[in-house]
Amino acid sequence: MTALSTSRFKIQTKNLNLWFGEKHVLKDVNIGIEEKRITAIMGPSGCGKTTLIRVFNRMNEIIPGCRTSGEVLLDGKNVYSSDIDVVELRRRVGLVFQKPNPFPKSIHDNVAFGPKIHGITRKKQLDDFVRFSLEEAALWDEVKDRMNDSALSLSGGQQQRLCIARALAVAPEVILMDEPCSALDPVATAKIEMLMRKLAENYTVIIVTHNMQQAARVSDLTFFMYLGEVIEYGETKKIFESPKNELTEKYISGKFG
Amino acid sequence: MRTGAHNILKMDAIIEKFFLLCALSSILIIGLIFTFLFKEGIQTFFYVSPARFFIGSIWQPVAEIPKYGVLPLLSGSILVTSAATVIALPMSILCATYLAEVSHPALREILKPIIEILAGIPSVVFGFIALTILADFTQSIFNTIYRLNALNGAIILAVMIIPTIVSLSDDAISAIPREYKEAALALGATRWETSRRVVLPAARSGIVVATMLGIGRAIGETMAVLMATGNAPLLTFDLLSSVETMTATIAIEMGEVAFGSPHYHALFAIGLVLFAMTFAVNLVAELVSGRMRGLRS
Amino acid sequence: MIVRRVREKIAFTFLRLSALLVLVILIAILYYIVSNGVAVVNMNFLLKNPEKGMTGGGIFPAIVGTFYLIALTLLFALPLGVSTAVYLSEYARGKNDRVLTIIKVATRILAGIPSIVYGLLGLGLFVFVLNLRFSLLSASLTLSFLTVPIIIAASEEALESVPMSYREAALALGATKWQTVRSAVLPYALPGIMTGSILGLSRAAGETAPIMITGVAYYLPRLPASPFDQFMALPFHIFTLSTQSSNPQLTRPFQFGTVFVLMALVLLMNLVAIVIRNRYGKLRR
Repeated sequence: MTALSTSRFKIQTKNLNLWFGEKHVLKDVNIGIEEKRITAIMGPSGCGKTTLIRVFNRMNEIIPGCRTSGEVLLDGKNVYSSDIDVVELRRRVGLVFQKPNPFPKSIHDNVAFGPKIHGITRKKQLDDFVRFSLEEAALWDEVKDRMNDSALSLSGGQQQRLCIARALAVAPEVILMDEPCSALDPVATAKIEMLMRKLAENYTVIIVTHNMQQAARVSDLTFFMYLGEVIEYGETKKIFESPKNELTEKYISGKFG
Repeated sequence: MRTGAHNILKMDAIIEKFFLLCALSSILIIGLIFTFLFKEGIQTFFYVSPARFFIGSIWQPVAEIPKYGVLPLLSGSILVTSAATVIALPMSILCATYLAEVSHPALREILKPIIEILAGIPSVVFGFIALTILADFTQSIFNTIYRLNALNGAIILAVMIIPTIVSLSDDAISAIPREYKEAALALGATRWETSRRVVLPAARSGIVVATMLGIGRAIGETMAVLMATGNAPLLTFDLLSSVETMTATIAIEMGEVAFGSPHYHALFAIGLVLFAMTFAVNLVAELVSGRMRGLRS
Repeated sequence: MIVRRVREKIAFTFLRLSALLVLVILIAILYYIVSNGVAVVNMNFLLKNPEKGMTGGGIFPAIVGTFYLIALTLLFALPLGVSTAVYLSEYARGKNDRVLTIIKVATRILAGIPSIVYGLLGLGLFVFVLNLRFSLLSASLTLSFLTVPIIIAASEEALESVPMSYREAALALGATKWQTVRSAVLPYALPGIMTGSILGLSRAAGETAPIMITGVAYYLPRLPASPFDQFMALPFHIFTLSTQSSNPQLTRPFQFGTVFVLMALVLLMNLVAIVIRNRYGKLRR
């Protein structure tokens, strides 16, 4: 736990366990996510990394049969406590999905969706929110003349950046990204990776990836998961250059996964 | 080639032709309907001018000087159908949204068959209910002069088309991909906000098709309105007045006409109008639902 | 924040109420019919002929007539409907998209044509042109035209849900198209076809308008001896008893009894169809 103990944890888990029905998907996870840094969670398919990040915004609850135990703290407060409204939680902790999923609405209405729900109704205000978010997501220049076009007319990479803009528009504190580039081509991927580093200046970014090179390129800190357990974590450079655990070492050198 | 195998293949080809012929029967039946309605209906115009028929406002086929104006019947159908739609639509959409978005899967599995059962009740039974208890009910609430009136018909018709609209709308709403819902929830929307602002707008065209098919069913309904509306061919938009629909007219009067008489032909002409209207409604519904894409080639 | 939660609560309450209302309507209808009809229905009612101007005796001929109608309609509609569905699902896929679409659209439009219009067709075609006169035959042929689209839709769905792998396995063993359909597809589509047919027939059993003008009668002294005879039927009996008989008040008990019997028949058929669908329809998933 060397490099992690000094920074304040934005998110922390204590003895987190999760079951889908009978299946024990997350086992005794105790981790801390540092504020305003990029943390990567990597591991082979099925290791539970997507499930783990979806705990942070309680999106697993949508799936019937989901059960958790343990604590998940956001700024020190347990997100499962009864005085946390899950709807407000999800505003503070945003999620970008693996496959871009813009609404079948215009580009403008996609980004404006969040602010509208949270009470912003005046057109000028909404337009400002939309523009600001699209600029932050490095998409504004490409779409500023086609704001009323359908979001589905954008390319895959643009759609994903649109989804990022949409998530930014509700002013979150944490941005979760679930393999955001796995459905995209290398050029689009590079754009989003650049975007991530810019975002980390203002937001806490957690990305799930099975692409080790991406984790190495982009993240400050890395967690390695295997079969529902966190095997090793630390500064990305150290994990990749001198992993402490044998499993980690095997995964990194491509012996499995 | 051995003759055995040759014969089997020949059989196969014959069988395929047989099935094709059967399939073409659908088109044939539409053609037959149109042909007969046209053949018998067009002869009306030997006895009355098209203008007098289509925009004539009096339907009195058994009078000294018979009058064959279809307008009162058309207005009867439209009045009852529109009122029924106004009553049925909000409730149907709410109910469909409940089924698709809110209800537990277990409850849904119970409610869907119940709605199917409601859809399966014969129209004469609905007519009987409208004639007996519903008419008493509307009379006491609305103080109607005539026990059997358009409102009565509209209410029972609404009950009859609700299952149609609900089940088709439910299909449309349930077909909206999960990804949209997950995206909305992840942005901090409540379940209701997700339904209202994402799912329902996305299902709009499916709901429109469901409504059109419900309207089509309402226009074509015969027995229930026959027993519920009083069957007075009055040209009116007063819901509390007795009216007569096109369907009811044909059903009641056909038993009393002489084959080949002007009255007989006029009833077929009404049938033609009815056919044209329901054909159009269903065709537009097909177009809107985008299921005619196979025609572009 | 709280406002949004309250809005959600209110909205969901309205949604729940609407479903509840639909449920209440059905229960009210069933209650009205059962409570008034069950007292009237007994073995006499079911098995005797009408007497004393429909205030005594029973409705036996109407029951028989309805059964004859169902049987004949099944005979005409089932083969035609299933064959059409077989063609649409098994032979037309891939080739002839245009014809396929036209047939499918035609079928759906047919499903929306008013039943009285089918009656007019029956009158013009079967009663007069084919000279079948007012008879069981005319009426059931008319009803079968009405039922065919329903059977086509259900059968098509059942056939299309049979996995492609079944067909591929048969073809790979050297079976012809027809042999494949007959042995590797149809047996598995059977539950769905049966469900659809039963539902279609239950609808035909309840139809009044088409049979009104093709052959049904209010009172006949004898049961139909051949398909060319006229017949009595439950739906028309209900209609006439409640609107045309000389004193509807007196015959009211019979009206309720007949409605009860018709509803029981229709509900039974629906139930059987649903049971078949639930038990056998979803075996392969």
